[in-house]
Amino acid sequence: MSPEVALPIIIPLLTGTLTLLAWRSNSVQKILSVIGSIALLIASIWLLASVRETGHVVMYMGGWVAPYGITLVADMLSAIMVVLTGMMAVAIAIFSLSSASASHERFGYYPLMHLLLAGVAGSFLTGDIFNLYVWFEVMLVASFALLILGGERAQMEGAVKYVTLNLLSSAIFLSAIGLLYGLVGTLNMADIALKLSQAENSGLVDVIAVMFMVAFGIKAAAFPLFFWLPASYHTGPVAVSALFAGLLTKVGVYALFRVFTLIFNQSPEFTHQLLLWVAALTMITGVLGAAAQFEFRRILSFHIVSQIGYMILGLALFTPLAIIGGVFYIMHHIIVKTNLFLISGIAHRLLGTYDLKKLGGLYKTRPFLSVMFLVPALSLAGLPPLSGFFAKFIVIRAGVEAEAWVVTGVALLVGLLTLYSMIKIWAEAFWKKLPEETDGSGLQQAMTPSLAALYLPVILLAACTLFIGLNGQPIYLMAEFSAQQLMNPAGYIEAVLGVKP
Amino acid sequence: MEPIMAIVAGCLYAAAIYMMLRRSIVKLVIGLMLLSNAANLLIFTSAGMTRGAPPLIPVGAMQPEGIIADPLPQALILTAIVIAFGVLAFAVVLIHRAYNIIHTDNLDQMKDTDT
Repeated sequence: MSPEVALPIIIPLLTGTLTLLAWRSNSVQKILSVIGSIALLIASIWLLASVRETGHVVMYMGGWVAPYGITLVADMLSAIMVVLTGMMAVAIAIFSLSSASASHERFGYYPLMHLLLAGVAGSFLTGDIFNLYVWFEVMLVASFALLILGGERAQMEGAVKYVTLNLLSSAIFLSAIGLLYGLVGTLNMADIALKLSQAENSGLVDVIAVMFMVAFGIKAAAFPLFFWLPASYHTGPVAVSALFAGLLTKVGVYALFRVFTLIFNQSPEFTHQLLLWVAALTMITGVLGAAAQFEFRRILSFHIVSQIGYMILGLALFTPLAIIGGVFYIMHHIIVKTNLFLISGIAHRLLGTYDLKKLGGLYKTRPFLSVMFLVPALSLAGLPPLSGFFAKFIVIRAGVEAEAWVVTGVALLVGLLTLYSMIKIWAEAFWKKLPEETDGSGLQQAMTPSLAALYLPVILLAACTLFIGLNGQPIYLMAEFSAQQLMNPAGYIEAVLGVKP
Repeated sequence: MEPIMAIVAGCLYAAAIYMMLRRSIVKLVIGLMLLSNAANLLIFTSAGMTRGAPPLIPVGAMQPEGIIADPLPQALILTAIVIAFGVLAFAVVLIHRAYNIIHTDNLDQMKDTDT
């Protein structure tokens, strides 16, 4: 029995249920939400500690031994992702104390948020491919409802695209599971990997691999199926945008990492080569899309797309160093991106708009906020000594070592263009004088507890970014450990099935 | 039986994609519905359609006698149907709300958030 694997799923589900019971009282829901998020973070750190000791933590649901029952498996990558989920949960729960409007809370903001977290944690921890589909759907249904809280026109338009593309991806995922089950007759991921390594029918396996690539590529917003993301992420409430930006696409990236290291590792010259081109095109289209935008959250949304490219690049190069880079990149990116969305929320609170043309004067009146923006913004662009520099450095070094010159060149160029976008936001929103048509009275707000609740998560996340940048060694070691596990799927198979492949 | 089911599943996929490419959001949702059904049928077909006894093990025995039908694909389909039903219910409410707010069901007029 290792309860720490199940706790990151049970805690948010329980918190969601309790907040549902406290439907009538917003203040009780808020307290429960913060307590539940902190409990999730503690449980996830417990899981990380236990994975560091034993390598893999496995739990058979209902006592049905693999491959017959549903298995929960945590390896280093899952544990890292769950810890990041916990951190984002705490940050968003604190931010929501002040940012969520009463009308959102009345329609179940907190229960949905925790249901979403349960779906995300479940996706990271399951060892069963069909169960992964179920957790994806749990996550999606919660995200659909969160995205349209408020019911404005833009939200409806964004939601139609978001819902359609995600359902399409789910249908492709489900079809791929069906074909895979027809081929190997099992759903346990370790068992699938074992049976596929002995199977010979490689043509059909490649077809299924590409179906998984398309399904997870849509979820991860990879080229060419990324357009739903910038069309919808900026429409929701800002705390919801931040949560989505940090976690949802990364679930898709995690699924790609899991499936293309464990299951489809037979013909990397086809599948991983394909991923390499996807990665390059994702980076370029994302960053060029951002360059054309003039809205705070839309620029950030396009940058999610371009950053996804770096993570997929790490997977596609498929060398130990590249996987380390990919995992490191995910850790850095989740923290930084959520933080940038939260800062856009504070700017909106102060000036009432996300439009860069109407924003301005923030540096003059709020210098501290400006510094808090610069930390994640420069980290996203990859300036030393912040976390993004080391993440990019590892990925690009892996690219040079693998002699993938074109993609490495693209990665370097995209880093430069990211800096351009961040400087655009800096110059327009912070540096420029406040435009005359904008009402600047909000800038003079005193530091009330309500505003402090918005600042606190931003400061905490910026501190995490600085910590990774200045003291990256333990983080690097964790990424290295997880890359070792991902490159040797035999360890995963042995931990789950108890047989040496 | 398998070839017929494969053709039916293929037709469902084709119909689903045709419906999803139409401009009306109502047809879009019908397309999504057909798509999930096509996926379910694909699971059913690709897992192999054995005409066999129910998968029950007699008292005292360690394994079932003779050929049995594989119960797992049916469990998968049942789960997938329930999920698709829930999601579809959401999608129907969404297009209804969207129609009330935007006053059109034409996807070509929902481009405000694209650029």
